[in-house]
Amino acid sequence: MAAEVRIPSLLRGQVGGSRSIQASGPTVGHALDDIEARFPGFKERVIDPNGTIKQFVSIFINGEDVRYIQSLDTPLQDGDQVSILPAVAGG
Amino acid sequence: MRFTSIIDAIGHTPLVELRSYSPRTGVRVFAKLEGHNPTGSLKDRIAKFMIDQAEREGLLTRDKVILEPTSGNTGISLAMIARVKGYRLKVVMPENVSPERVDMLRLFGAEIVFSSGEKGTNGSIEVAQRMVSEDARYFMPYQYGNLANPQAHYDTTAQEIIDDLPEIDMFVAGLGTGGTLMGVGRCLKDHNPQVKVLAAVPHPGELIFGLRNLDEGFIPPIVDLDLLDGRIVVESEDAFRSTRELTEREGIFAGVSSGAVMACAKRLASRMDKGSIVALLADGGWKYLSSQLWTRSYEDMGQETQDMVWW
Ligand SMILES: Cc1ncc(COP(=O)(O)O)c(C=O)c1O
Repeated sequence: MAAEVRIPSLLRGQVGGSRSIQASGPTVGHALDDIEARFPGFKERVIDPNGTIKQFVSIFINGEDVRYIQSLDTPLQDGDQVSILPAVAGG
Repeated sequence: MRFTSIIDAIGHTPLVELRSYSPRTGVRVFAKLEGHNPTGSLKDRIAKFMIDQAEREGLLTRDKVILEPTSGNTGISLAMIARVKGYRLKVVMPENVSPERVDMLRLFGAEIVFSSGEKGTNGSIEVAQRMVSEDARYFMPYQYGNLANPQAHYDTTAQEIIDDLPEIDMFVAGLGTGGTLMGVGRCLKDHNPQVKVLAAVPHPGELIFGLRNLDEGFIPPIVDLDLLDGRIVVESEDAFRSTRELTEREGIFAGVSSGAVMACAKRLASRMDKGSIVALLADGGWKYLSSQLWTRSYEDMGQETQDMVWW
């Protein structure tokens, strides 16, 4: 499955400046592995050493937080859009 | 309705059915119009609760200056109450907010400290915390960590919803401090554990390039993410389109976060076989007129407008 992963500005240095990159894999976690294979060091910015999504990071698939779906095991369909965003406050 | 003070006129906002948003018979969508509060937003409720509590506990006294980080609405509500009660107020707010927010704070006599737009409201929190630690005259309600914030919504907003629509199945609101979602969410789940609680969050766009890395993110201490059943991120462009659509279809003039919430409500309603959704519309459209979002296309708005902090 090939998804488009949108890269937030503060991670673009990690992927050669791209705003979005194509990544493939059956799940969100596999898509991140695919990016890591091409841009080593990317994944540790998003995922903790214990394999969970970092506290202040959210991953959205087609706008929906994967935390409330199946986290990194959330299945990917062709053409899905994945966004990685930092936690920002409002109020 | 007769009141002895404008502060007593906070709350008791209308719940209005949005017939045109029903995707099929049996699925109903309602809007809770928080723009009907005295300063035009939901934040009047929490400002009242936080100030009342601080006065009761002796934390807020005449010699203090109230200091609060805010994206705007909480500041405006505190400014109104500070005027009525005779306190001084300083707010720390990102510089890239709509000019109406600045105008409203000034008209209520608040002083404004602008924080860097690049860090959004996260930056305002940092600045306010530093100011408080350096000067004992400040009293900071700190909506991000003050349980009076969710309590205001538990005791008032949620109660009003249950009174008007006891059969509610789903609640969707914007997430800023999380006060609305935590307070209303908890009360609705106490009322009926089957109720689903969904958060709409703004896509920060290119806005947050001031954060150096992802570990600089911020989750307000009052937020328990496990209370939510889902979180949906909405791009500014979609939020604007939905804000305009709400005015066109239902004659409701609401702010940008309300547009984002309506975009979520539509998505959620389309998946439902039957049931009732309440969408909380946090403020009226007045403070966004200068963006011309009702009359200009998104492309014509310019980067500066697109990248504002909306809630
Ligand atoms: C317009 C608007 N919508 C939504 C919110 C989010 O509300 P809460 O802080 O309760 O999460 C805010 C907070 O300031 C707001 O001003």
